[in-house]
Amino acid sequence: MTPKGDLKMDKMVVVEGSYAVAHAVKVCRPNVISAYPITPQTHIVEDLAKFIADGEIQNCECINVESEFSALSALVGSSAVGARSYSATTSQGLELMHEVLFNVAGMRLPIVMTVANRAVSAPINIWNDHQDAISQRDTGWIQLYGENIQEVSDMTAQAFKIAEDKDILMPAMVCMDGFILSHVYEPLVMLEQDLTDEFLPSYEPLNILDPKKPLSFGAFADPNYYTEFRYMQQKAMTNALKKIEDAADEFYDLFGRYYGGLIDEYQTEDADIILMAMGSIIGTIKDTIDKLRQKGVKVGLLKVRAFRPFPAEAIRKAVKDAKIVVVLDKNISLGLNEGALFTETKSCLYNTSNHVPVVGYMIGHGGRDIRMSTIENIISEAQEVMKSGIKVESQFTDLREELL
Amino acid sequence: MKEIRIHGRGGQGSVTAAELLAVAAFADGKFSQAFPAFGVERRGAPVQAFTRINDEPIRLRSQIYEPDYVIVQDPTLIEVVDVAGGLKDDGTIIINSDFDPSHFKLDTKAKVVTVNATKIALDIIGRPIVNTVLLGAFAGATGEIRPESIKKAVKERFPGKVGDRNAEAIQQAYDMMKEAKA
Amino acid sequence: MKIPIGGVCEPGTTIANKTGGWRTYRPVYDYEKCIKCKLCELLCPDMSVFPKEDGYFQFNYDYCKGCGICANECPKSAITMVLEEK
Repeated sequence: MTPKGDLKMDKMVVVEGSYAVAHAVKVCRPNVISAYPITPQTHIVEDLAKFIADGEIQNCECINVESEFSALSALVGSSAVGARSYSATTSQGLELMHEVLFNVAGMRLPIVMTVANRAVSAPINIWNDHQDAISQRDTGWIQLYGENIQEVSDMTAQAFKIAEDKDILMPAMVCMDGFILSHVYEPLVMLEQDLTDEFLPSYEPLNILDPKKPLSFGAFADPNYYTEFRYMQQKAMTNALKKIEDAADEFYDLFGRYYGGLIDEYQTEDADIILMAMGSIIGTIKDTIDKLRQKGVKVGLLKVRAFRPFPAEAIRKAVKDAKIVVVLDKNISLGLNEGALFTETKSCLYNTSNHVPVVGYMIGHGGRDIRMSTIENIISEAQEVMKSGIKVESQFTDLREELL
Repeated sequence: MKEIRIHGRGGQGSVTAAELLAVAAFADGKFSQAFPAFGVERRGAPVQAFTRINDEPIRLRSQIYEPDYVIVQDPTLIEVVDVAGGLKDDGTIIINSDFDPSHFKLDTKAKVVTVNATKIALDIIGRPIVNTVLLGAFAGATGEIRPESIKKAVKERFPGKVGDRNAEAIQQAYDMMKEAKA
Repeated sequence: MKIPIGGVCEPGTTIANKTGGWRTYRPVYDYEKCIKCKLCELLCPDMSVFPKEDGYFQFNYDYCKGCGICANECPKSAITMVLEEK
């Protein structure tokens, strides 16, 4: 996080998270935007549509469509012709895009999309958790998660830069917690146009779909070639590990704001207990850590900014001296009874000499409010595990037993 | 950190009030955060909105359970919602009502004040929109925020005549609260 | 050959595959009967019928698979399917 002394209050304004993101998209100078409205993403698209109608985004077309499937399909075409292309969605809308997500990644089209994370139906629920994006983790999209609206706004420019890099050319999702961040009013420095122009050069596509010089996009690959396509996608994801760090550093040099690269650490240096999480829960955890640190509890936080590519090496390094790792997940893999971050964190430690116990808590499903007291309980349970070992590896948090 | 909870009914502008309060607090040099407790959005349904005001940047994202201040836009909510729930003993609850505070039997040790925001709104704005008026009353009753900042935030959101009338109503509510305090 | 990023490639790769060898019967025109109605050109599934300068048509035997649709549809029976000598 930017040191507090660097906060420029005179440059800050209080706006809604969605507006901050729409503004960030605007200054990234997109050429084509296509999206279908769905709560809680709607304000982003409304604000962008207004910017375009008011002539505030030059050389940009807004394509109205009848579904999320069509929105992303339209962008496959626009990105192939070399347009910087953007969409935003959430929940069921993202799941409807599922098939197209693979096409975008396979065709190596650097589309950027904001996901205002929301639970998935049924039962219908419009509130925040991470099930929507996590369920798309294997589609080949880079996934970044932001902690507050400043980070999400700035991350939008970083996402374009990462995605469009010649060594990457993979699409990116910027994940922001629905309502909690999309509808919050808080101060931020709106992404600066002049600095963004310096940070983010115009998109230079490798190939352009053009009837005057015909090329085949999205061609067929038989079993002799398909494996190599998958390998190349994975290689691009591996390249993205460094590029995500670089983009955060370059952003800091220009804008003076930093939130971590692949991960960020808070009070981890001497921490026995390290919590891991993504998204807006990070702030609540930091406040809880400050409170418990005053009571002498050695607890720290590993904030995961990039879930895809998965920052295995950075995580191994960050938890090397911890006595217990506690992973909080706003999602569940049904049938495994674990959240994805928990499973993957365990997995990245398994073949190492670090046998630190790792426990998981699934939390905040469907917008269940997360209070500091809940985090405190989790930490005190972790202290118990340090003493007497793991009894329950992964569990639901704040389960209302009386309803079952 | 000061935490404010606003109770209203869908369509009464509780969320807007929370947002304007955050904008005004920031204009006063404080960090702020405003967010709604979204339910099923429909007119008339009880809604809540929250504002935090702090000298430091605000990281906490949970809803507000132990507010310093509560604003009740519609007194009929008191029968349906525990509006004073968790309110700090040294806090204040501001109710839009033409009754005296003693009329309300609330389970709280906090200070109860009433302001007839509906009448002020009807007199000055010409419509029973009480959210901005109550912000003026909040400024007067608590001293947490400058009325100028609220008026500025309201005028920015509602430019022209509407904003001007709202600002006048805010000032009147502020003055009434100040006088009542003195 | 190296695989290009995203599989973007020059179009027309099927031209390199001359599939005419698959054919058992070859179509042959009788220009005496042909009325230049164009049906053979329109119906050929392999785009193997091409117009000539005089308005009649000719077959591209590199790609014609000998399916016989042209012969079947010709209203004047101007196309005969002749067994290939291989």
